Amino acid sequence: MVESRVDKQADEQVDVLIIGAGASGAAAAWNLAETKMRIVCLEQGEWMNPSDYPSTTRDFEARSFGEFSISPNNRGRITDYPINDDHSPIKIANFNGVGGGTILYAGHYPRFHPSDFRVRSLDGVADDWPIDYETLAPFYDQDDQITGVSGLVGDPAYPAHPPKNSLMPPLPLGRAGETVARGFNARGWHWWPSDSAIATQPYEGRDRCINLGACLSGCAQGAKASTDITYWPAAIRAGVELRTRCRVSAVTVDDNDRATGAIYFDADGVRQHIRAEVVVLAMNGVGTPRILLNSTSQRFPNGLANSSGLVGRNLMFHPYASISGVFEEAQDGYRGPIDCLWSQEFYETRDEHDFLRGYTFEMTRGRGAVMTALGGMASGRIPWGAAHHDAYRALHNRITGMVAICEDLPEAHNTVTLDPHLKDSDGVPSPRIDYTLSENSRNMLDHAVARATDVLRAAGAVDVLSESPLAVGGWHLMGTARMGTDPETSVVNEWGRSHDVKNLFIVDGSVFVTSAGVNPTRTISALALYITDSMKQRLANLFD
Amino acid sequence: MNSENIISSDGPLSAVQQRMLRRVLQAMIPPSEVHQVPGADDPTIVAAILMAGAQQLPLLTPALDALHTYIETSNDSAGQDRAAESQDLAVEWFREQHPEIAGLLMALTIQCYYRDDRVMASLDMEPRPPFPQGYEVSDGDWSLLDPVRARGPIYRPTNNS
Repeated sequence: MVESRVDKQADEQVDVLIIGAGASGAAAAWNLAETKMRIVCLEQGEWMNPSDYPSTTRDFEARSFGEFSISPNNRGRITDYPINDDHSPIKIANFNGVGGGTILYAGHYPRFHPSDFRVRSLDGVADDWPIDYETLAPFYDQDDQITGVSGLVGDPAYPAHPPKNSLMPPLPLGRAGETVARGFNARGWHWWPSDSAIATQPYEGRDRCINLGACLSGCAQGAKASTDITYWPAAIRAGVELRTRCRVSAVTVDDNDRATGAIYFDADGVRQHIRAEVVVLAMNGVGTPRILLNSTSQRFPNGLANSSGLVGRNLMFHPYASISGVFEEAQDGYRGPIDCLWSQEFYETRDEHDFLRGYTFEMTRGRGAVMTALGGMASGRIPWGAAHHDAYRALHNRITGMVAICEDLPEAHNTVTLDPHLKDSDGVPSPRIDYTLSENSRNMLDHAVARATDVLRAAGAVDVLSESPLAVGGWHLMGTARMGTDPETSVVNEWGRSHDVKNLFIVDGSVFVTSAGVNPTRTISALALYITDSMKQRLANLFD
Repeated sequence: MNSENIISSDGPLSAVQQRMLRRVLQAMIPPSEVHQVPGADDPTIVAAILMAGAQQLPLLTPALDALHTYIETSNDSAGQDRAAESQDLAVEWFREQHPEIAGLLMALTIQCYYRDDRVMASLDMEPRPPFPQGYEVSDGDWSLLDPVRARGPIYRPTNNS
């Protein structure tokens, strides 16, 4: 049994143990706080200090390649764990700290569509979710209030009922937004201001966006809603205890198939055990299967909650393509948030396509001086030598474009497993990623590059740059502990409880059945609120 | 103060390695009178590159030594009157023979060059970090949405919507 491996046991007992303090863990903690149970969250990373974010220093672009890299392998903080993603064309992006991935995300904050929960019924592929859009709608609304969402009501790509309200005006279009919008209009295609987790006016103690342009390395202004400044302060005020630098290695169980707590390593590397009546996993689509697979015992030799054999399977990313135009007129360049507008013209399955499902175009506003030069030199557009300066100036502040975020369908052979050799600094096995880009995804990416090129040319681009798939695009980690009503084909039930272990819950992106063609954070947060609300509704018979 | 002094007093590069580094940097981004910018071999920029790339120097130094050997060998065979031409070719040789090192050096150089005050001024950029002043971005012309609104809903209905 796992418990027999504990070197040093504390006597500590809590009611609810949450593992992970990112988007889902924060929402879960906040929502459970009103129960007045003793709730402890263990987070392997640390609190972030916004004054340390790169945008406060002149070398902000350089720092985004190092200590604030989206790749844990490049970043290499003591709070990170290495990931073997050599067997995947798409590399893992994450952040370990209070706030998790929301520290480094762009803040694009779309909802899923009603159709995203009915993929099998509508298109005959993958599976339907055991819940629908209407079930999540009130929790989307609740999350919107805590997060503070900017946008514009009336997006024709979403149903009018239930309404998707906006709490703040949209981010500015700027020159770049106008350029791209004209391109979409020239083609007669949909576009709309993005829903964004960036405050455009003072909101709940956060100040408005001042267009720092460095959203992807942490928002020093605090305008971007990372959960360390949204959910967590409220949850802590309500009594939740958050402990940083506590790296969980395994969930422990008893002879009755109940979770009893978790083994973790504290900041000094000392192995500890915490006991809990309920364990909630909130580590993301790679971290959660890693810990479940490392939680082996006589009763669960293949990992905890894994009687279906699906823990770690069906890993979904969103394959990304990046398509940018070069314009003769100045755009926004390094100024302003990446978020601006999106297009869902090609979001749904069409007979004329050679792929099923679809994608969203999300505008990427511009590039900083360093990124402009690096991209230009890497592509050969900016040479070495005397011609460097003129070539650079032809690109400086003149690039804008978009990414295509493609729906990834679940495939059992795309997996998270435990690497037999690689370990983190506490000796916990690291995850290994095995992922193959499907033909459906390749066709979708090709379609997206062609259509984006059409848009940018129509907008006046004199040159178009593209990369597909985007190798560094493994931001969204989903599907590795899917939800469903059948224990043989899912890991958790329709309200997030493990089929095998009745007091074990999963609230992160692992439970996604399908990926949709949009960023997942808003849905992750809404799901965490929904699952923890379901727990609260069933407190009297939670383990039946 | 010149770059050799900075490097000699603070850095682990030999005098020859320093000279080779400056030659590569000068070939990568030479100064421009037209744009009023220094080259990447400017002492301040070189110092910044060495500071930023301190951990990578062990990778860089063997390649710089190899470049020096190549130039010496070329000079011996070509004669001193063709030395300058040989040294231009030497940088090309360096890039071909050590593409990963050249790529690493290029990345380090770009990260330091494009945050230099003089370069930023030449690009009409304020020499400061983004925070706390931020930047202005125009709100834009929202009437561009009129045709999108006029087209109407495009979402895909389900049984429930």
